[in-house]
Amino acid sequence: MSETSINHDEVDIVIGALQLDLTSFMEEWRPVFSQFHLIIVQDPDLKGKLEIPAGFNFDLYTKSDIDGVLGSSSNAISFSGYSCRYFGYLMSQKKYIIAIDDDCIPAKDSTGNFVDAVAQHMTNLSTPATPFFFNTLYDPFCEGADFVRGYPFSLRSGVDCGLSCGLWLNLADLDAPTQALKPELRNNRYVDTVLTVPARTMMPVSGINIGFNRELVGPALLPAFRLAKEGNLRWETVEDIWTGMCVKVVCDHLRLGVKSGLPYVWRKERGNAIESLKKEWEGVKLMEDVVPFFQSLRLSTSAATAEDCVSEIAAAVKVQLAPANPIFARAAENMVELVKLWKRARTQ
Amino acid sequence: MSTPVTPVAPPLKDELDIVIPTIRNLDFLEMWRPFFQPYHLIIVQDGDPTKIIKVPEGFDYELYNRNDINRILGPKASCISFKDSACRCFGFIVSKKKYIYTIDDDCFVAKDPTGKDINALQQHIHNLLTPSTPFFFNTLYDPYREGADFVRGYPFSMREGVPTAISHGLWLNIPDYDAPTQLVKPRERNTRYVDAVMTIPKGTIFPMCGMNLGFDRELIGPAMYFGLMGDGQPIGRYDDMWAGWCAKVICDHLSLGVKTGLPYIWHSKASNPFVNLKKEYKGIYWQEEIIPFFQSVTFSKESTTVQKCYIELSKMVKEKLSPVDPYFQKLADAMLTWIEAWEELNSPAKSAPAANADTKK
Repeated sequence: MSETSINHDEVDIVIGALQLDLTSFMEEWRPVFSQFHLIIVQDPDLKGKLEIPAGFNFDLYTKSDIDGVLGSSSNAISFSGYSCRYFGYLMSQKKYIIAIDDDCIPAKDSTGNFVDAVAQHMTNLSTPATPFFFNTLYDPFCEGADFVRGYPFSLRSGVDCGLSCGLWLNLADLDAPTQALKPELRNNRYVDTVLTVPARTMMPVSGINIGFNRELVGPALLPAFRLAKEGNLRWETVEDIWTGMCVKVVCDHLRLGVKSGLPYVWRKERGNAIESLKKEWEGVKLMEDVVPFFQSLRLSTSAATAEDCVSEIAAAVKVQLAPANPIFARAAENMVELVKLWKRARTQ
Repeated sequence: MSTPVTPVAPPLKDELDIVIPTIRNLDFLEMWRPFFQPYHLIIVQDGDPTKIIKVPEGFDYELYNRNDINRILGPKASCISFKDSACRCFGFIVSKKKYIYTIDDDCFVAKDPTGKDINALQQHIHNLLTPSTPFFFNTLYDPYREGADFVRGYPFSMREGVPTAISHGLWLNIPDYDAPTQLVKPRERNTRYVDAVMTIPKGTIFPMCGMNLGFDRELIGPAMYFGLMGDGQPIGRYDDMWAGWCAKVICDHLSLGVKTGLPYIWHSKASNPFVNLKKEYKGIYWQEEIIPFFQSVTFSKESTTVQKCYIELSKMVKEKLSPVDPYFQKLADAMLTWIEAWEELNSPAKSAPAANADTKK
């Protein structure tokens, strides 16, 4: 795979609005966001009218749009809270999507320069990934680096990158127990690298700052798994962790890459970890069962697209995980419904 | 410096040996003096044994040349390479310490982005004394580091980690490229300081460079054989690669961790790319077969120690890689010789240091 450059008109920036006033968020990102088409999805549980400053090219989706599309599926599938952004993924017609949480602003790198997170995601998505062998100098395609001695030549062309997972300065994406134990802990370390997460290695994909190739992996990034009392703080959700595992399995099977590292965004203080801890966080316990399942999951050779892969994963979830907990049975059903929705949206 | 959150034990000066292969001189040690002087050095002198290699004053060391290697190992010395830095692994056999740090004689102290000198040895010690996390990737890299932790979604059942067997450091300035890359990019220098240590996940192999490497000899020592290279061999510059591939599959089987990243050293000397190409040439083709071999290695459940794994691996090498080239038959035999030598010099009966090495206090 050679490097391709991505045009701005191939990209949608999707913003899930969990707060009404997006002004300061959008103003901070204006130098970057003003160059792109935006899809803004209002959390259907958020009542009121969104405040969006002028000068942006965007489409806005609200509860009524979501209900309209879901139709009879609306009982099982929910796009509320952080899941609202997935509706934007569904509606997009573009090849690439970049999504950033609305409590994140641009970071500065270690020399004090403004980090264009969107440009970095685009670079990650347009340069090859190298999941089959670890390069000790990390990304071999970036300026000033290359494959090291001992790296097999047949693996040096790499594969397409399906997903680009960025990181966070200040408030890192830690779970509630960890942040509650270390309330002062802030991430101040700018690690100047992107790397490919090796094939068959599982990882926690955070939805806070990601980019992906919608055409290649889109159907895997849909909100199938929800806790009984999912909240609207990241400490109270695991939906992105579930979709992240699905995406990784899909990418491993389809021989696509998943990158992690740059870009950083600056995540603002919000919420209280201890308060989140007090609420039910069954998700943490459930993940313990989920991880061995995903680690051992192998898809059939006939699964040639992301849709096929997701359908097979759903079937495996139903057989292997659902007996232990009805939440998994619902997740499996949702995945099947969402693939149908995905296909329907593609034909419109 | 990547410092652990929970302070680790003191600097291990009686538990760690520094192994240095050399054919030139040891002038580089002057720059390392503030960091290395408290430690015992094992110098493995390659090439002409009649040459006198001077060790700077004030270091506590033992030095072995080829005559010593032949005397100490007898016929088993055939497994130790000549005219190749692979000979360093002789130092691993004769060491009596728990930890080894090995460094090349063209590697100097690097500076971090604040301009401070990097104590590479201390960083390796931190890496070896804190757990690894090979079963699930942490996107914030080393979770045990001050200022970091496990991210949301990381299973709690995996947060204790596993013992770290190997700490693989990196290099600023001259990067560790193969000959073709060196020929195409003669001026490229590694100037990027990536401030991270991370565990290489289970099931993933990597190119291990021996220039700046620490390991726990008790955990993985017998797997750190650097193969048959150099004089009389069809291949060179694959010694550390071979050790790394063998060690990684064994670490994966025994649930031991391998870390890579910090510390950086400053690599000053670019070797001649044409000379390198001649040495590596066969390896470039062979590695296309070797890699799939290692990626599919599985050990029997009877292989519960490093030695047993290594012996089983040598049989698999003989069976599966001999068709690639007869060299692998020799290599498989040498792997067995190495284990025999290891057992002989490291069995409980032989707790006294190897006799008559040139030692100095």
